Amino acid sequence: MTLSLPNQGGLSLIPYLMAGHPDLATTREIGRKLVNTGIAALELGIPYSDPLADGPVIQRAGQRALDAGATTEACLEVAADIAAERAAPVLLMTYVNPVLAYGPQRFARDAAQAGVAGVIIPDVPVEESAGIARTMTVAGLETVFLVAPTSPDDRIAAACAASTGFVYCVTVTGITGSRSALPTDVNALLAKVRTHTDLPVAAGFGISSAEQVSLLRGHADAAIVGSAIVNELDAGRDPGPLVRELLSACK
Amino acid sequence: MSERTRFGRFGGQYVPETLMAALDELQTAWLELREDNGFLDELRARQATFIGRPTPLYHAERLTEHFGGATIHFKREDLCHTGAHKLNNALGQAVLARRMGKKRIIAETGAGQHGVATATVCARFGLPCTVYMGAEDMRRQEVNVRRMRMLGAEVRPVSSGTATLKDATSEAIRDWVTNVRDTHYIIGSVVGPAPYPEMVRELQRVIGDEARHQYLASENTLPDTVVACVGGGSNSIGMFAGFVDDPSVELVGVEAGGLGVETGQHAAATVGGQAGVLHGSFSYILQDQFGQVLPTHSIAAGLDYPGVGPEHAMLAELGRASYVAVNDDEAVAAFKLCTRLEGIMPALETSHAIHHVGELAREMGPGARILLCFSGRGDKDMHTIESVSPTDMPVIGGPQ
Ligand SMILES: Cc1ncc(COP(=O)(O)O)c(C=O)c1O
Repeated sequence: MTLSLPNQGGLSLIPYLMAGHPDLATTREIGRKLVNTGIAALELGIPYSDPLADGPVIQRAGQRALDAGATTEACLEVAADIAAERAAPVLLMTYVNPVLAYGPQRFARDAAQAGVAGVIIPDVPVEESAGIARTMTVAGLETVFLVAPTSPDDRIAAACAASTGFVYCVTVTGITGSRSALPTDVNALLAKVRTHTDLPVAAGFGISSAEQVSLLRGHADAAIVGSAIVNELDAGRDPGPLVRELLSACK
Repeated sequence: MSERTRFGRFGGQYVPETLMAALDELQTAWLELREDNGFLDELRARQATFIGRPTPLYHAERLTEHFGGATIHFKREDLCHTGAHKLNNALGQAVLARRMGKKRIIAETGAGQHGVATATVCARFGLPCTVYMGAEDMRRQEVNVRRMRMLGAEVRPVSSGTATLKDATSEAIRDWVTNVRDTHYIIGSVVGPAPYPEMVRELQRVIGDEARHQYLASENTLPDTVVACVGGGSNSIGMFAGFVDDPSVELVGVEAGGLGVETGQHAAATVGGQAGVLHGSFSYILQDQFGQVLPTHSIAAGLDYPGVGPEHAMLAELGRASYVAVNDDEAVAAFKLCTRLEGIMPALETSHAIHHVGELAREMGPGARILLCFSGRGDKDMHTIESVSPTDMPVIGGPQ
């Protein structure tokens, strides 16, 4: 399924799940339900032992997933099951080393075969992306690059030029995890990114509440919510109600 | 700056986008300052009066005699202020950070030597300092934790993963991602994203440059073999840097074999690892088939790291340097031997290299010349040594 976020119209939602947290069966079940709720895409994490862009919540979830046996193969199977719903595109988010160990070509081929729409690898900046991004593109996968509040204009331009599908705008100077308030200059950053690209722009990192989501209306095309959802699962709760609440804040 | 970021196919900058601008800024500042006479003069003056450089070249006569073979010299980095080569790098980076206008310093530490070195320069310059340290290492290197706190640093325990140096490094990088605008991260070895591996080597090459000069002055020739222990690889690369252009000089890095490389319980990334990405650079790392970084084991906390600097990976691949692994028990025996024969208590990290020097000396025989980078002193390891061998030490050829 191809990735097509509503561009510059409304705001849509991209929830994040860590594959294998708390176990693979739960991810499969929750993922299948979530893609049928009207979300724009599902971001599925493949766990990594040293996730430099992630905060404690996702790091812990990744560790639990690894302890529960969430191998790359097993995560790709879960991705395939969720993608088979054909309800919303599935994006993979992982780090470069698991991809290298799996073999970039094999990873791209298996992900494409699983029906995955694209990949996000936050520790591959544009400078390091040539080989990997081409491999993904050749396999038919979108490659989404990140732009950060610290990115100067030339870096924003390069990330926008390298991205396909959408551009991932990191809203906080920092790692993933809930923040009580988003920085006040988020919308200025989003506006700046738009001057560099016609692709949809998604905002992520630090977004956890319906209130924060509603602040992004008219500025971002999508809001990405991770740690808040992982938190629900950590607490043994179904994240469905939170996702519904976030979805209604998009409207 | 891409052509400067790699050592052959190794190195690079695999970090979140948030850090990329800071790495550019650091690279620019570093390239400027390394040509800047004001900076270099300040560094040289502080090295002399604060670190105690140049450190001596020492003829280890009794070890030479004991091994019955090659002549052994030590480059005495244990005599640097705070007890190890780590201060060479910490001081250099602190001066750099001050000139870049950074207001806060963070660091990671394994054995605590780099943490102590960083806390020391931060005390000297009045900079707030946070050191990340694995909870397991805090237990093993308790004295160094107390030293850091005494110096005014905040030591933050890291309990994720294996609660050792790998996890402390990941945590420090996450702190940096969050506070990158006003914080400088003093990485403790030749690891991490560019420009760190090259910058730390240049700050540590003072070891090799001094040693080469001193060796020529006292021996009228170059050593045949230069040996150093390899954790991330900073004391070794600093030493090697002085000799890498001398084709007659063999370079040997000694990694931590732990309980034996074949047991899987070790920290020998070059000897027993595969190419992959850890902490921002592509090098040899210990990982499973899925690319998950493996837990390591070494009795020496400063060697207990699943990766190695990318320049070492290149030197290994080129065959310019060779790498071996020495096990825990061999390191402990070498610690005792050196302490009793030379009256110099080596760090457990250094002890790994001393064991290998013994093997080489016997093999190479009289007339051959070996130079060891004596990376640090062993006071911090008393506790560990006593716990693995609580009674009096067996004395091998030592004073009775
Ligand atoms: C005394 C000593 N030697 C060696 C090392 C290993 O580090 P590197 O390989 O960077 O020199 C350490 C690290 O803490 C150390 O304290």
